[in-house]
Amino acid sequence: MSFLSDVYAGLFYFAAFVLVAGLANKVIQYARTPAPLKIPTTPAPTTKTGVALRITREVVFFESLFRGSKWTWIFGWMFHFGLFLVTLRHLRYFFDPVPMPIQMIQPFGIYGGLAMVIGLAGLWSRRFLVDRIRYITALSDHLILLLLIAIGFSGLLMRFAVHTDVMRVKQFFQGLYVGQVQTLPADPVLLMHLLLVALLMIVFPYSKLLHAPGLFFSPSRNQVDNPREQRHIAPWARRMEQD
Amino acid sequence: MAKADFQVPVLKQYPEIPEIEPGVMAHSSPFKSKPQFQAELGFPGELVDDWQTKAIDKMGDLLGRYRSLRVYLDSCVKCGSCTDKCHYYLGTHDPKNMPVARQDLMRKVYRRHFTLAGRLFPTLVGAEDLTEEVLGDWYSYFHQCSQCRRCSVFCPYGIDTAEISMAAREIMDHIGVGQKYCNEIIGKVYKIGNNLGLPGPALADTLEGLEEDVFDETGVEVKYPLDQEGAEILLVTPSADFFAEPHVDGLIGYGKVFHEAGVSWTLSSHASEAANFGMFIGSYENMRRVALRIREAAIKLKVKRIVFGECGHAWRVAYSFLNTLAGPWDFLDPRYPIPQHICEFTHGLIQEGKLNLDKSRNDDMVLTYHDSCNVARASRMGDRPGGQFDLPRAIIRATCNNFYDMDEETIRDRTFCCGGGGGLLTDDLMEIRVKGAQPRIEALNNVMQEKGVTHMAAICAICKSQFTKVLPYYGMDLDQIVSLHQLVSNALVLTGEETDDEDEAADEAA
Repeated sequence: MSFLSDVYAGLFYFAAFVLVAGLANKVIQYARTPAPLKIPTTPAPTTKTGVALRITREVVFFESLFRGSKWTWIFGWMFHFGLFLVTLRHLRYFFDPVPMPIQMIQPFGIYGGLAMVIGLAGLWSRRFLVDRIRYITALSDHLILLLLIAIGFSGLLMRFAVHTDVMRVKQFFQGLYVGQVQTLPADPVLLMHLLLVALLMIVFPYSKLLHAPGLFFSPSRNQVDNPREQRHIAPWARRMEQD
Repeated sequence: MAKADFQVPVLKQYPEIPEIEPGVMAHSSPFKSKPQFQAELGFPGELVDDWQTKAIDKMGDLLGRYRSLRVYLDSCVKCGSCTDKCHYYLGTHDPKNMPVARQDLMRKVYRRHFTLAGRLFPTLVGAEDLTEEVLGDWYSYFHQCSQCRRCSVFCPYGIDTAEISMAAREIMDHIGVGQKYCNEIIGKVYKIGNNLGLPGPALADTLEGLEEDVFDETGVEVKYPLDQEGAEILLVTPSADFFAEPHVDGLIGYGKVFHEAGVSWTLSSHASEAANFGMFIGSYENMRRVALRIREAAIKLKVKRIVFGECGHAWRVAYSFLNTLAGPWDFLDPRYPIPQHICEFTHGLIQEGKLNLDKSRNDDMVLTYHDSCNVARASRMGDRPGGQFDLPRAIIRATCNNFYDMDEETIRDRTFCCGGGGGLLTDDLMEIRVKGAQPRIEALNNVMQEKGVTHMAAICAICKSQFTKVLPYYGMDLDQIVSLHQLVSNALVLTGEETDDEDEAADEAA
């Protein structure tokens, strides 16, 4: 198992690097690109606090999606909130000792896992059942859903059917912090689960999963509605004025 | 009923989401701009050699200058929330008129040239080169978007197809594929001062005529001044207000309101156009050049305030962009919003009780109100968010006894575009205009059936022209659309006005 453990250790170093560097690269690119005009979708907040609340409502409740499509909202929100709980539950592998809030969240993480898979199934079914959505779906849209659902399903499988030695999994990840490769349990479901998670991490900065940082940089959502009060001008536009 | 060589949509009692019919609007595209109109704006006259490379270069340039474009092209997850929101999709059933599919026309090229996934696995992520066929689709479908922003309301990331359409039109202009209607009009603004090409003397004539009409009707000398140096207010209004119906009735109304307010005001022959078509073609440079005329006029005429007349896209550029494009406005009176909307001005006077309004003068009409898309979703009036919905309605309620809103799903920030905005108000796009008007006209029709509504008020020159033209296709009367300030004009009892009662009293005395 030690060879495979080496491979997985390498894979996770690589995946973590791609995820962090890729995302940082994108975030820097978004932050550096100017927004030359005030284009908030109105009515929009007239203060920064208001904008922070608007973004929070979008991030936490998917406010605009709720107005747009109730079914997509139900499934989409189930999936994302489920994934959030699952992620919190998994933090126990990365902290030692496990902080109290993470200990308390553990059972909810399981419900989260179920919600996540049901939500994903709902989202996927829309790609077949609704002709408009079928039309806009590319192969990659199916594959990302497949990837996520497989991650959720393999995770649930380990929780409810084919258990693995979670303490050794934890030791493996704790070891990665200090550059030591501990042996992973040789369970196919676990190896599959981890492989898919690494794949997700690698794909993240190069796919539509960029919607996560994108939302925070969306000018129609993050701009304050105050163009008359405050002059807003991009550096490249200011240069025109100097000619 | 107007004759059409295409199928006019049937109005239903309840809105229906149509099934997709791929390709049914592929034939719709506007006349191409001629070389002389292109040159005027600094664009090549015809399709340049090496156009693919130049187009991709331009896309790269825009990606570096517009965060919106970059973020929006990356962020879409194809959730489908926008798919049933565009009036052009609802009216035509063509899936490429679904906002996400329209964006994808550009996104697939973006992915091919600017993303790792698209370079390595084009078919997997739906990436494509900018072929002649794709360019054809761009020209056709990016001129079936009125940049109304309805899609952006429902997008979980606020992706605004208008931004993508503008970028696409800018790219096409830079390789010599421009749209005749927009580019010819911008040229007219540079040369003559307004979209309609009305020269100064013609404006002076028209305004004199208005003064006579108002005097004949009311016995009060209301002035409609042009190029009057030292006036307090510069009024910038769409040039359609000078002669088109029902626009001109709105202009008459603005003049009466200024008269009652007792402020001096003037129009400018140099800036005799509120609309800024530079926005439609996504050209910051041209938008700025058009906007600077207003600054020049304000300086030349030594005004203290700028007020905009009823015009939707114009108000977006005025409210949201004017400070950016042509500011800072430090030479104007800071006690007033810069610029101010005529509705803000009139509403203020109503609040102060300075207007004597006789609502019964509008009793021959039962009204509803059409929120113009760019006023609703890209601007504001007053000091609170949503003022752009409340102020016009407050003015209608102060001037009319009979007012009913259309279905909530079709007003305020969920309003439907009239179908003619964003540079589509041209006869060569009649089919898309008629079909795109369907959702709005359906809601109007329902409120006509249920509440006995007879007229719809609007505050946008494009909406007014579009409905005047399109309503007859649906078996309605072209004069069912009225200017908001026409209602004010009707109801406003001018100081010293000869009313019918006084006439009768005078007759009796004699």
